Amino acid sequence: MEQELDARRILCPLPVIRTQDAVARLSPGDVLRVIATDPGVVYDIPAWCKVHGHKVLAIEEGREEICLTIEVGG
Amino acid sequence: MTQPRKAIALISGGLDSMLAARVVQEQGVQVEGINFFTGFCVEGHTHAIRAKDRARPKRNNALWVAEQLGIKLHIVDVIEEYKQVLLNPKHGYGANLNPCLDCKVFMVAKAKQWIEEQGFDFIITGEVIGQRPMSQRKSTMPVVARESGAEDLLLRPLCAKNLPETKPEREGWVERARLYDFSGRSRKPQMALAARFGFEEYAQPAGGCCFLTDANYAVKLNDLWQHRGSRDYELDDIMLLKVGRHLRPKPHFKLIIGREEGENRFLEGYRRQFTHLKTLSHTGPMVLIEGQVGAADLELAARITARFSQGRDAEAVKVEIDDNQGAPRTLEVRPLHNDDIPKAWYL
Ligand code: SF4
Repeated sequence: MEQELDARRILCPLPVIRTQDAVARLSPGDVLRVIATDPGVVYDIPAWCKVHGHKVLAIEEGREEICLTIEVGG
Repeated sequence: MTQPRKAIALISGGLDSMLAARVVQEQGVQVEGINFFTGFCVEGHTHAIRAKDRARPKRNNALWVAEQLGIKLHIVDVIEEYKQVLLNPKHGYGANLNPCLDCKVFMVAKAKQWIEEQGFDFIITGEVIGQRPMSQRKSTMPVVARESGAEDLLLRPLCAKNLPETKPEREGWVERARLYDFSGRSRKPQMALAARFGFEEYAQPAGGCCFLTDANYAVKLNDLWQHRGSRDYELDDIMLLKVGRHLRPKPHFKLIIGREEGENRFLEGYRRQFTHLKTLSHTGPMVLIEGQVGAADLELAARITARFSQGRDAEAVKVEIDDNQGAPRTLEVRPLHNDDIPKAWYL
């Protein structure tokens, strides 16, 4: 399953908390795309994924928005 | 084989909670971390807002600590529930608006609820007797344990030897002899233990885990309450208090003035909720007005906006005013002279 999470215009750690809540509702192998505007997410979401065993498949940094693609771990 | 015991450690991002978690981890206990976001936490986002800090990595200290320890970290949004802690602290405030003792009780109580739901055995904090004047005294340790409902499931590995035995020690889940007896304000024992664990880098020592201990922030929050006529807040209010210069030229309105590009961009995000001003003829800040304003107030606001723009020495500066009702207007004003901005306007 693929899902998208709108984490725009909120500041860290809120995008991390929303990601955590979204991941909790997904199953291993599912993919979550997080769209955010706080540049801090580039550090915080991968750090959170690392300690929880999820995989960051891609980080795309646009001018205004950042998109992180996460694969939920087992 | 018996299952290892499981503990949740309150992780603030500072050294003490990091050490406390490691001490227990070392004894074979499975440790995970929990971190509470009250809205007042000093986090990476304050760096994210300010563009000049961009070169430095903006990390969340609690997550960084979890990475160092190799533990999972659960970050919990407690913004709404925390209002009661801050607005009506049973034990009062510390030096500024920090309700540290109530805050500790609240967080440990939340952790207690969490371990019950998740099937964990006990709770760890990095508290040290005498480390902080208000919340970490010998007399407050039992208060936190009792009022949080955690009772003897609350273990403080850094000063456990100075406290009565807890259940994890009694049951042999951890060995009391391998816990510590730190006390007082000295940071030396923590430094030594950090060195022993090979922690070379860690966040600021005890003191600034939240904005409520900051005198300047407390002034702005008190001002907000006083002029609203009620002690309440929303997340946006407390976020905006972290950003920009705050000037109150009149009791009924306040200006929030971006200090640089990052703050301007952040304030832009609020433009639909506030009347806002921008200089057109010169480079200048993004300015939000909080409060109900009349024509004379707007002119004053425009002159202040001009003062903080590149046109501060110009004869006239064009300022755009947008109240979100129809097309923006443009005013041409003379920038207010520095001497005409009383110190008392600055919050
Ligand atoms: S400094 Fe802030 S977060 Fe830390 S205990 Fe005090 S009130 Fe709570």
